[in-house]
Amino acid sequence: MEDFLVIDHVSKSFGAQRAVDDVALTVAQGESFSLLGPSGCGKTTLLRMIAGFEQPDRGRILVGGRDITSLPPEQRPVNTVFQNYALFPHLSVWENIAFGLRMSRRPREEIRSGVERMLELVRLSEHARKRPAQLSGGQRQRVAIARALVNRPQVLLLDEPLAALDLKLRQHMLMELNTIHEQVGTTFIYVTHDQGEAMSLSDRIAVMNAGKVEQVDSPENLYETPRSSFVASFIGDANFFSGVVVEVQHEGYVRVLVEGLGSPLVLSNGAVSANQTLRLMVRPEKISLTLTRPSSGERVNAFRGVVEGMAYFGSHTRYRIRAGEHSIQAQLQRSRFSGGEIDPARGAEVWMSFHPDEGRVVRLEAAA
Amino acid sequence: MSLESRSARQWLISLPSLSWLAVFFVIPAILVIITAFRPADLQGGVGPGWTLATLREVQDPAYLPILWRTLWLSGATTVVCLALALPVAFQMARAGQRMRQVLLLLVVIPFLSNFLIRIFAWKSLLHPEGPLTKLLIGLHLIPENAVLLNHVGTVLLVLVYTQLPFAILPLYAAAEKFDFGLLDAARDLGAGPWRAFSKVFVPGVRRGIVSAAVMVFVCCLGQYVIPQLVGGTSDEMLGNKIAQRVFSDRNLPHASALAGGLMLAVLVPMLVIVLWQQIGRKEAE
Repeated sequence: MEDFLVIDHVSKSFGAQRAVDDVALTVAQGESFSLLGPSGCGKTTLLRMIAGFEQPDRGRILVGGRDITSLPPEQRPVNTVFQNYALFPHLSVWENIAFGLRMSRRPREEIRSGVERMLELVRLSEHARKRPAQLSGGQRQRVAIARALVNRPQVLLLDEPLAALDLKLRQHMLMELNTIHEQVGTTFIYVTHDQGEAMSLSDRIAVMNAGKVEQVDSPENLYETPRSSFVASFIGDANFFSGVVVEVQHEGYVRVLVEGLGSPLVLSNGAVSANQTLRLMVRPEKISLTLTRPSSGERVNAFRGVVEGMAYFGSHTRYRIRAGEHSIQAQLQRSRFSGGEIDPARGAEVWMSFHPDEGRVVRLEAAA
Repeated sequence: MSLESRSARQWLISLPSLSWLAVFFVIPAILVIITAFRPADLQGGVGPGWTLATLREVQDPAYLPILWRTLWLSGATTVVCLALALPVAFQMARAGQRMRQVLLLLVVIPFLSNFLIRIFAWKSLLHPEGPLTKLLIGLHLIPENAVLLNHVGTVLLVLVYTQLPFAILPLYAAAEKFDFGLLDAARDLGAGPWRAFSKVFVPGVRRGIVSAAVMVFVCCLGQYVIPQLVGGTSDEMLGNKIAQRVFSDRNLPHASALAGGLMLAVLVPMLVIVLWQQIGRKEAE
């Protein structure tokens, strides 16, 4: 995999605030990549440094092997789809899209064909004469994408591209963005605080927190094997438990004693030693609920609790279950619910169980 | 609230200002135009009956160079004021909250001293024995015998000085509402700082530009104190002629005819601009 966009140990401070702290990332050509994190994590500052609106205090930014760190925004092979779209209100859709080509003084015929091609790509040909104020939110966003892509940027930056749209339109635009990305093949960099957006838009995601990159991985890996409790809780829902390793078994299994869950849990992560304190994570949908103790052998972690509350979501039901000190989230898929069993009611005593491979160690603590 | 009662209320709210305009502006303007059709009497008043003689008198070709000077001085003042005020308004709108307050205050402060006193200040500044003349001669920037006063350029300079705040304030009001994120977008799309300013900021504040231009241009047309105090005898504007007809010749109808003509010269282009903007707005909808 060729490193096309290289963020080479970039830092940026605003006063005493370290907005971006020694971030190093590489993105391949044509990749769809997301910077994901809560507000204030530095993702927008990083985006503005790639676009050229902010200068890094330290580090370099390279595109296709060329150092662009000191270039002004107008000279970078990078275009941006701004969060509020920033369409020029005094220009028509056609002129908005033509703006970049006019700035680079392309011949008239090239401008015309470029704009027409983009209008077709975003399916706005019949709105070419309208002003931005006359368009819907989704149409405006498509103009913003066309206006950026017409310049054939080597990297397209998209700042919270779906944040301003309502839920239904957002799901539609998710598909649309993926289609556009497939058609043009440009490197797309998304900035978003919405994990669902990042997961469905990108090949890889960099999860950022407090100016640093916590983990760079595919959506599946971030979800299934988060490397920190921040990543685990930011991507999807998670139950966290603190425990002490009581036994290191062969085949990479360990037994971890968690206060209040009865007998020690068996986990598949082997890179720990006895007596170590750690934090482990189980996703709610990995926890099965049964009214009787599951009998599928020794390798299943099972513990009891009392249903405290539940919420019905149509496709699934979410339970909150009390087990000693712990309040555990479990999720029951409707399709998976076996016939003959009844839905556990509030106050019912249930058994929770999960497979050893479904529990993840997300943090090691100093040996007790 | 129904649409009708709302518009009725809006009328009610604007009644005081409308009646003020009617009593002190519209009626006097009509009186001026009426007076232009009355004969003058020897006591400096208005005689009985009606006449078109005054209208023929003001078609005197001697007025043409004065009218032309009035128009080009006003036009030049407008252009210079806009050119100076645009960057100022741009910077003011981008400045921080505190800095903005300070800058606004600085723009308004000259109004705290009397208009005539400020013109006299220019007169003494530019006087052959004044500090500015001496300084410029001392620096060998102008020849020893140069006269800065009583020159058409002096009139332009002082006109620009007095009108500049009237250009800055409407432009600042427009710039304050401008979305500066659009400049980032322009830079992102390949425009350098200057092209982003001219292609995106200037069109973005075009309504403010129109207000500022009308404000400055109209105020200049009626000026007569500035050319009289800092200009030479050949730098008179139409306002000076009107003042002479009133105070020296005591010929009110003649002064009225000149004033009415100037009023039409202003109103007709303004109406055209307003109509043109209305059409533009309709097209945008």
